[in-house]
Amino acid sequence: MNDILLKNINKQNSTDIETYLKDGGYKPLEKALKEYTPKEVIDIVQKSGLRGRGGAGFPTGKKWEFAAADKNTPRYLLCNADEGEPGTYKDRPIIEKDPHQLIEGIIISGYAIGAAACYIYIRGEYVYGADVLQKAIAQAYKKGFLGKKILGKKFDFDLYVHKGAGAYVCGEETALIESLEGKRGQSRIKPPFPVNVGVWNKPTVINNVETLANVSHIIKNGPDWFKSMGPEKCPGPKIYSISGHVNKPGNYELIMGTSLKDLIYKYAGGIKDGKKLKAVIPGGASTPVLKPEHIEVNMDYESVGAVGSMLGSGAIMVMDETVCMVGVTRRLLKFFAHESCGKCSPCREGTHWLVQILDRIVNNEGKTEDIDLMLDICDNMRGKTFCPLGDGAINPVLSTIKHFRDEYLIHIEEKRCPVNYPHSEYCL
Amino acid sequence: MEDTNIEKKGYAFSKEGMNILKEMMKDYPSSDALLLPALYIAQEEFGHLDSGALQYVADVLKVPRSKVFGVATYYTMYKTKPTGKHLVQVCTNLSCSLLGADHILKYLENKLGIKVGETTHDKKFTLITVECLGSCGTAPMMQVNDTYYENLTEEGIDRILEGLK
Repeated sequence: MNDILLKNINKQNSTDIETYLKDGGYKPLEKALKEYTPKEVIDIVQKSGLRGRGGAGFPTGKKWEFAAADKNTPRYLLCNADEGEPGTYKDRPIIEKDPHQLIEGIIISGYAIGAAACYIYIRGEYVYGADVLQKAIAQAYKKGFLGKKILGKKFDFDLYVHKGAGAYVCGEETALIESLEGKRGQSRIKPPFPVNVGVWNKPTVINNVETLANVSHIIKNGPDWFKSMGPEKCPGPKIYSISGHVNKPGNYELIMGTSLKDLIYKYAGGIKDGKKLKAVIPGGASTPVLKPEHIEVNMDYESVGAVGSMLGSGAIMVMDETVCMVGVTRRLLKFFAHESCGKCSPCREGTHWLVQILDRIVNNEGKTEDIDLMLDICDNMRGKTFCPLGDGAINPVLSTIKHFRDEYLIHIEEKRCPVNYPHSEYCL
Repeated sequence: MEDTNIEKKGYAFSKEGMNILKEMMKDYPSSDALLLPALYIAQEEFGHLDSGALQYVADVLKVPRSKVFGVATYYTMYKTKPTGKHLVQVCTNLSCSLLGADHILKYLENKLGIKVGETTHDKKFTLITVECLGSCGTAPMMQVNDTYYENLTEEGIDRILEGLK
């Protein structure tokens, strides 16, 4: 556990470049630049099977290949550090405690795709993290790992930190691009895809912090090493963020495909206060809720998909028996309504309408037809929005109606909260 | 058309703020990208972003005021109204709510004698709720100005507020 991506975070002076260099840091960069062509680096990452850790799970090498094949220059690399999916805090330790691991991964990736520069788009609230990155970047420039003619090679590459200002949707890649360009962070329609028409209309690769942190390890140890870990279709280490009603919440770096049961009971110490498990959200707020009967599932993209949810960012939110699932759904939908960028109507109108209905159900003023009405609204949002925020927003509604329909019915028909606890406390 | 609400005088970046902005211009192929950073500088120097501040940013960057207004009101971290010296931001998203964010919020309301969205009479504290700040493993949490405070308890809050007076 915690032996690849998080191995440095508890070291003294872990953010200092000297600490990182002492442990063989920036050797993989040297190896990549001196032994491999950019194309070879892309091939190695393709062969490793690395897939994006931000939630979508797109093959990283493939994305790089698309951008590198576009002759329009300059190309850009964007590091998505806009960690905002509720329940997710896996990138924070990398940014705050081991910035050079990220920076090295960025430089190697920039070399592979032939990028002129990279912008780390970090959420505005991570003030401390942005500061750590700025200092680490300055150190990397001083050592000649950034700037002109890096390590004596014909490779110039700059790295900047750009702060967001509080908008969840900017974690979506086209909204992130808009925001970086100085606009309201509203999603663009795809195609064209950012690999061809990205920031400033140039070919752009957008990779998550955790994805990029893997790159130096793949160069150092080879693609076969990486591929040997976990499931064939999505190998490698994965940082799972566990929160909610568990004894030991925290980040656990394990092999991709570790079972949800082990994560909750073996690593996170089981449910708090000896209570019973009621529900789990496996991959952040926009992934469908699972029931206790699903917890044998292996936490990788394919396996979680097979039980009707998504791995997402690997942010596991655990709920015990005291929780009203209608209240949980309302809480999550309020979030999505707040964060909807307002550009397309199914999401803008749908999220607020769902909140209105959930409000009246939680307040025991719901109508019998409200469940069908919500399903209808969800159907009119699904696949009809520019970006995945709309699709994500309907997941809590659809999955709780599927798995916890009785709780909705009790609120609507019996005009009470289904859990035996004082209403106001537990309907969130 | 001239907007009579705009106060033109008194808005100018400090030399230091202007230098930061000028330095940043080298980092981007288009100066439009400086809008978010410029709004941060304006907020830092002017306290909050009223119409005069937004007009000033528009003038400095040579972008339409409508665009500056649109951006400033889109992002939650830009304050278009004045706040107290300490902006107390309590996360009430799911992970924090599961571990008592509601209670933390009520405790803060009672302690500060204000409701969510209000500012204390002495202008020291403004209390607001925010969405997930990435502290879910150390919930419940709040951010006061730029600083995160995690694993909150009543006693912890007492200590934190005491330190901020």
